[in-house]
Amino acid sequence: MITRFIDKAGWPRIIIALFLLALFIAAPFVGVRVDTSLSNTLVRFGMNGVMVLAMIPMVQAGCGLNFGLPLGIIAGLLGATLSIEFNAEIMTRLVELAGQYKITWLTQEFVDNWRAAIGFGSAIVIAVPIAAVLGWFYGKLLNRVKGDEMMIATYVGFSSVSFMCIAWLLMPYKHPAMVWGYAGHGLRTTISVEGYWLHVLNDSLAVNINEHLKIPTGMLIFFAVMAVLVWVFMRTKTGTAMTAAGSNPEFARASGVNVDHMRTISVMLSTVLGAIGILVYQQSFGFIQLYMGPFYMALPAVASILLGGASVNKAGILNVIVGTFLFQGILTMTPSVINSYLQTDMSEVIRLIVSNGMILYALTRKVRG
Amino acid sequence: MIRKLFDIIANNAVPAVFIIISAFAIPLSGYSGTYLVQELITRIGRNSFLILSLLIPIMAGMGLNFGMVLGAMAGQIGLLLIYDWGVVGIPGMVLACLIGTPIAVLLGMFCGAVLNRAKGREMVTSYILGFFINGVYQMVVLYLMGWVIPITNPTLLLSRGYGVRNAVSLLGIRGVLDNLLPTVIAGTEGAKQFLSVQGNGAFFVMHLPFLGGAIRIPLATLIVIGLFCVFIVWFRKTKLGQDMRAIGQSQSVADSAGIAVNRTRIIAIVISTVLACYGQIIYLQNMGTLNTYNSHDQTGMFSIAALLIGGASVSHASIANVFVGVVLFHLMFIVAPVAGKNLVGDAQIGEYFRVFVSYGIIALALVLHAWRRNREREASRRSLRGNKGGE
Repeated sequence: MITRFIDKAGWPRIIIALFLLALFIAAPFVGVRVDTSLSNTLVRFGMNGVMVLAMIPMVQAGCGLNFGLPLGIIAGLLGATLSIEFNAEIMTRLVELAGQYKITWLTQEFVDNWRAAIGFGSAIVIAVPIAAVLGWFYGKLLNRVKGDEMMIATYVGFSSVSFMCIAWLLMPYKHPAMVWGYAGHGLRTTISVEGYWLHVLNDSLAVNINEHLKIPTGMLIFFAVMAVLVWVFMRTKTGTAMTAAGSNPEFARASGVNVDHMRTISVMLSTVLGAIGILVYQQSFGFIQLYMGPFYMALPAVASILLGGASVNKAGILNVIVGTFLFQGILTMTPSVINSYLQTDMSEVIRLIVSNGMILYALTRKVRG
Repeated sequence: MIRKLFDIIANNAVPAVFIIISAFAIPLSGYSGTYLVQELITRIGRNSFLILSLLIPIMAGMGLNFGMVLGAMAGQIGLLLIYDWGVVGIPGMVLACLIGTPIAVLLGMFCGAVLNRAKGREMVTSYILGFFINGVYQMVVLYLMGWVIPITNPTLLLSRGYGVRNAVSLLGIRGVLDNLLPTVIAGTEGAKQFLSVQGNGAFFVMHLPFLGGAIRIPLATLIVIGLFCVFIVWFRKTKLGQDMRAIGQSQSVADSAGIAVNRTRIIAIVISTVLACYGQIIYLQNMGTLNTYNSHDQTGMFSIAALLIGGASVSHASIANVFVGVVLFHLMFIVAPVAGKNLVGDAQIGEYFRVFVSYGIIALALVLHAWRRNREREASRRSLRGNKGGE
């Protein structure tokens, strides 16, 4: 019974789960509040959840782990910066349009009250089509390099991030909150979203259980909605065809599934989810990180879903939830608990070893013959 | 016919593009020829050894060994220890190599064993392995050194008493190999000027009257690199080298021919890791400072980018590719920031541009390789089907 469970869950996962449990048990003894830690873990879970969710479509369609997540993140960054750049225009246009089409509830007052949500919403609205287009090209590319997707995805991510470094400097953004003060052009490396949509999801419907434990309900609901959407999509006709294309391409083709088409859709979906994921992350984190910011963002997401029990060619929602919770739990707990115990910050080293160890474990497992 | 043309273009596209970029960027940068040649010779001495260490795994069909950073880390541990023990000069370098070798062998064996479990995904696996071992390396250097591993020199340690400082000055071995046989090529004026500077001794001065300034040649380093090239040429002809090439062609055929495939693959990675260890030591003796936590980070990426720019592919690389690659890649490295600054008034753009090119070129080479392989597979399948239809 126990051996069956261990076999199914895999050793690394159990060790890490036990480690996390030990950290939670040890926390009170070194003066770290469990409720604060839990609250932090929940926030980080919500922040990163959607980006981990972005792994599912590509894994299911047989494109492997999406190391090219930075491409989606870039779309998200474009959405965020454009939404801030045109923030005022978006608001006035919205009221104008409401007047034109006689939408009575969409008044100036309503827009003023919901500024943050509208800004965040428009960032998503701008980011999604960009992500879809980038994803389409990315998907077409990955179709031509079957068998080497993961390595190429990594470098597609890297080169697009470094290409955007040049673009962030050259694009004609004007908003004074975003460009370098002295030069008057070129975006800053970090842009605060305060005054736009800081904590727009975190704070909506948030439940304060006590002063240390706060549940970011809005963000968790947003994650849940995205997860349900992905879950439903994977069960539609297209989703099933996608899974078939991933688990056995020859068989899928024989039953009339256009494998390449399915793979392209999965990559587009992954990229779009990556774009939405980074926006959720930013509204909680408080800053838009440009330039080299998105560079290594794929690795935590990849490690999370693997930690949750996914393999290189099979992943589900449960893997996302378990994995993100475990991974973010460790990231939250190691600095606070181990620091108080050893007086040093080992979190970075532990993060490196755990996340990359997990990816290595998944890559070296014999999956198919 | 068109196919052949496509192949020729695909095979040489990368170096050609680079030559074109450089042709535009060099005049824009405004650097003098002497300066560029001096910089290039320095960089050939600094980087070639590291890049040469990539050749053997490619021969064995294991692709680009992103795991070479493992060797680099082993070399750095050797350097940290000799710094602590106060061994300087050539003996220091040799000792660092001797310390680094067993660590590199162990890491290489580990890397090879892991890669044998991930056949067909060697590159991405070795890449992640680099990150993983980086975590272990940081743990050793940041926590165990000075605590478990005795470090006596307080200048090496962080103020808290354990863990190595971020920047370690390698004055003791700085340039010892480069200046072992100091050589200068100079014009008549340049030579006078050069020798008049205090402390500028030269073992060998070559006069080229038309030359404006003086160019220092790291002769000993170049000799070491030359010997290494000879080693590779010789190694290809040995039984082991032939085995590796057979495995690179087809693992199953090699296996049925009685070659111990897994064992040979491990040996290929071990050799590459050990050589990368020596390469990193040569690299750092030229640089003169060790960034304990970053020096190895970019080693893999830059070496691989340089090799690919030299016209190598994932499955085929020669010694010529190494040197063409070093020259072209570093030419861009030197001129891009200044060219960027002169072109758009911002040095940062040139800086980002060269980072973009490094990553972009690796992406492009990987795509071309995968694409070609898939096309070949498709073609062979089609020909198989065609034969069957004919019978």
